[in-house]
Amino acid sequence: MTLDVREAPGAHAPPRPRREITTAFLVSRIAVLAVAAALLVYAAPPLVAAGSWPALVILGGATAVIAYLYLTRRFIPAKYLIPGTLFLIAFQVFPVLYTVSTAFTNFGDGHRGDKTAAITAIETGSVRQAPGSPEYNLTSALKGDKLVFLLVDPETKQVQSGDPAGLAPVTGAQVGVTGKVLRAPGFTVLTAPQAAARAQQIAALAVPTRGGLIKANGLSRAVEGRAALVYDARCDCVQGEGDRWTADEGQGYFVNAKGAHLAQGWQVNVGFANFARVLTNPTISGYFIGVFGWNVVFALASVASTFALGMAVALALHHPRMRGTHAYRIALILPYAMPAFAMLLVWRDMFNRDFGLINQLFGLDVDWMGQPSTARLAVILVNLWLGFPYMFLVTTGALQAIPRELTEAAAIDGATPWHGFRRVTLPLLLVALTPLLISSFAFNFNNFNAIALTSEGGPFPAESPQVGATDLLITYTFRLAFGTYGAQFGFAASISVFIFAIVALISAVAFRRTRKQEEVYA
Amino acid sequence: MRKRALGVAALTSLALAATACGGSQPGTPSAAPSGSAASASAPAADKGSGKLVIWADPNRVKALKPFADQFGTENGVAVEVKEISKDNQQTFLTASQQGSGPDIMVGAHDWIGNLVQNGAIDPVNLTDAQKAAFPEIAMKAVTFDGQVMAAPYAVENIALIRNTKLAPEAPATLEDLVKQGKALKAAGKVKEVLCLPVAQKGDAFHVYPLFAAGGGSLFGTTASGDPDPKKVLLGSPDSVKAFGKLKELGEKGDGALKTSITNENYVASFAGGKCAFLISGPWAMGDVKKGGITYDITPVPSFKDGKPATPFVGVQSFFVASKGKNKTLAQEFVANYVTNKDVAKALYAADPRPPALTEALQEVGASDPDAGKFMDAGKNGLPMPAIPEMQAVWEPFGIAEAAVVKGGDPAKAAAAAQKAIDSSLKN
Repeated sequence: MTLDVREAPGAHAPPRPRREITTAFLVSRIAVLAVAAALLVYAAPPLVAAGSWPALVILGGATAVIAYLYLTRRFIPAKYLIPGTLFLIAFQVFPVLYTVSTAFTNFGDGHRGDKTAAITAIETGSVRQAPGSPEYNLTSALKGDKLVFLLVDPETKQVQSGDPAGLAPVTGAQVGVTGKVLRAPGFTVLTAPQAAARAQQIAALAVPTRGGLIKANGLSRAVEGRAALVYDARCDCVQGEGDRWTADEGQGYFVNAKGAHLAQGWQVNVGFANFARVLTNPTISGYFIGVFGWNVVFALASVASTFALGMAVALALHHPRMRGTHAYRIALILPYAMPAFAMLLVWRDMFNRDFGLINQLFGLDVDWMGQPSTARLAVILVNLWLGFPYMFLVTTGALQAIPRELTEAAAIDGATPWHGFRRVTLPLLLVALTPLLISSFAFNFNNFNAIALTSEGGPFPAESPQVGATDLLITYTFRLAFGTYGAQFGFAASISVFIFAIVALISAVAFRRTRKQEEVYA
Repeated sequence: MRKRALGVAALTSLALAATACGGSQPGTPSAAPSGSAASASAPAADKGSGKLVIWADPNRVKALKPFADQFGTENGVAVEVKEISKDNQQTFLTASQQGSGPDIMVGAHDWIGNLVQNGAIDPVNLTDAQKAAFPEIAMKAVTFDGQVMAAPYAVENIALIRNTKLAPEAPATLEDLVKQGKALKAAGKVKEVLCLPVAQKGDAFHVYPLFAAGGGSLFGTTASGDPDPKKVLLGSPDSVKAFGKLKELGEKGDGALKTSITNENYVASFAGGKCAFLISGPWAMGDVKKGGITYDITPVPSFKDGKPATPFVGVQSFFVASKGKNKTLAQEFVANYVTNKDVAKALYAADPRPPALTEALQEVGASDPDAGKFMDAGKNGLPMPAIPEMQAVWEPFGIAEAAVVKGGDPAKAAAAAQKAIDSSLKN
């Protein structure tokens, strides 16, 4: 009600008390505006250069909105919501939409660019030096203000000038020892820096000859070449080398009568083909159930083991008679503080059969990463070591929020410590921690690094080299999409859509169950 | 109060203006060189002609820098050598596609197939004299579909490196090597018969000479002598026999090949004297020399009555990016400038991979005999297949190798690898 009292005075009363302008307020406002302006200044020139106008409009609009919001005194909630929303759009919504739209294309190696780029690549890639033609020494020169090539045949030392009209003999030219023309009557010879400055023009100049075109090859040589493959817009096909490849917009390739295609393709929309491939590919569907089952086991085991260990340690340190808790806590956080990448690689080497620390320490001869059961145990152990400090941290935090009176009261009522934990502490902990456990499950379900850096998905049975015993869906499909035949971004995107659906479904069910639990205990 | 609010607004707009000015300044210099260069010498010149951008891996950046600068001074352009250290090929492809890629890329020749199908590189025109300055195998490696697609600068392949104190005589055959290694192991002088990385997923690159010695092959050949992706031969009877040979060398046999020997520990084991024989390349020599052992480098021997143990040969090369902004200068740099022996020697000094230029190799070889010995070991090697289909082969091949090394059935492993490759190539 206090708010109402403050706003009650109405129109003819003195203006309502304004918010006090503190230094922090001022500084934060300037900081936000400065960051927005800096982003605009940083991002605008490249966008203008690339000619991507819609992006420029969005950028300008967003900056204007931010500037307006933070320069006016109104819209207090929006001041907090807008930055968050912008980040949400930039880092969550946009990537998801981009992934989904990529899933409908054949974007990947061989299909990165558009059709024009593919045609250019095919034509330039097929330019071959005309047989028997000389390797001209090139000197760029000006005739009037037009760029011309002065070409010296290294065999005959004969000098010719070349321009878009063709070749013409030059008389009285003086040729240096390197084969470059030093002086020629009627021409202004360009020095190396002058020629370099005209590099774009030099690249564009083509001198027609009977057999093809003479083009510059760098600044000091020119070659007579001919494109073996030429695109013809009338038939939408590429012809040459005694064959003809017709554009196939369904595949994004030029295909000949025999069904063979030219290497360079372009990006096309393939509809649901990628999704169909995930569902019908025998290597995927044949192993899906097994991989999925292990994936669930891995995620559950990781969450359960890290939570059990983390909670046990937290409870031990939470005991009122525990001494030296700071030292213990620091020691326990260490695995969390070290870079997981390096630690995973160290663990992989520790599990080596002949050189690994674990076998040497315990006098074992176990081929840890070489057998399915031990490899699975090993990756779960490594994940336990990496993951329990996090659980320890969050449990310690949640424990502080549970009043000690509750357990004491339970003890007075005659509950054993186990019962007190089971009936009082654990349920209250779970209310706070279940959302974290669910997110931990989702994280471990897609824990690419934990597998790729330790077992690499192996061991692989000799009869199926495509799916290993510790492969998660994400490592398995990563191998299919990137490991086998170049990068296939479209296919990979459709797989991520499926994995997203699976994780979302599991999480949704889990959250629904948590809500019920909260209703019971809260 | 109102005045104060106005003050705030004024201050913020000032701050805005300040950031705006500050921000626009870094933008101007990048535009300036091209602008000023154009106005100074050629008013009509197109934009962006003032700068040449080269991407290379960290090892090569330092070595290239002085030559890039020299080239820049001679031609009045700014040359930038940028370090790329991760996923170089994919980074190059993605950046090229976006239009933010380099003019020149440095990389391995087996990228060529993939770069060509993505339209990312242009052919490089070398004169006959330039071509003759390189060994045949280097030119063969950078030639794709009849076109020279890159300028080679270093050739690398694996060889047999042996500890001459433990094994004074180079083994004539693989059987001999295993016999020597086993004798040393029985005498307690070494821990392992042979240091060759296998690991749990296999290592197709390092095992290939043994596989070839056993008679195995990956692809058939097309009429032009290139690997034929339509004929994958991993499951052929000859390859099955080769896998059988690997099984005999494996954990259930001689114990020369073991999955516990990995890329992380094999060189260190040799340098530490734990094995007398190492199969590796020039990149291992730094560690080997640090280990302070006496060594010699010889070609990988074959089995008795076997086929030649041909290693894969990789050729480090310069590519001209087709989407570069400055192709003329890039061609000049790659075709005419970088193919000289001083550049090759400087690159060798930065990272000792034998130079591709025959003349540079001879000069380097005078002071460092290792380079020539590696080159000899790879003389009859197989240039790593540059066709994009090779990417489908590496992993199934490696896994089949690991399976037989662990004692699996060669026929089954070879058939499974063949099936996996066939199914992924069909897509």
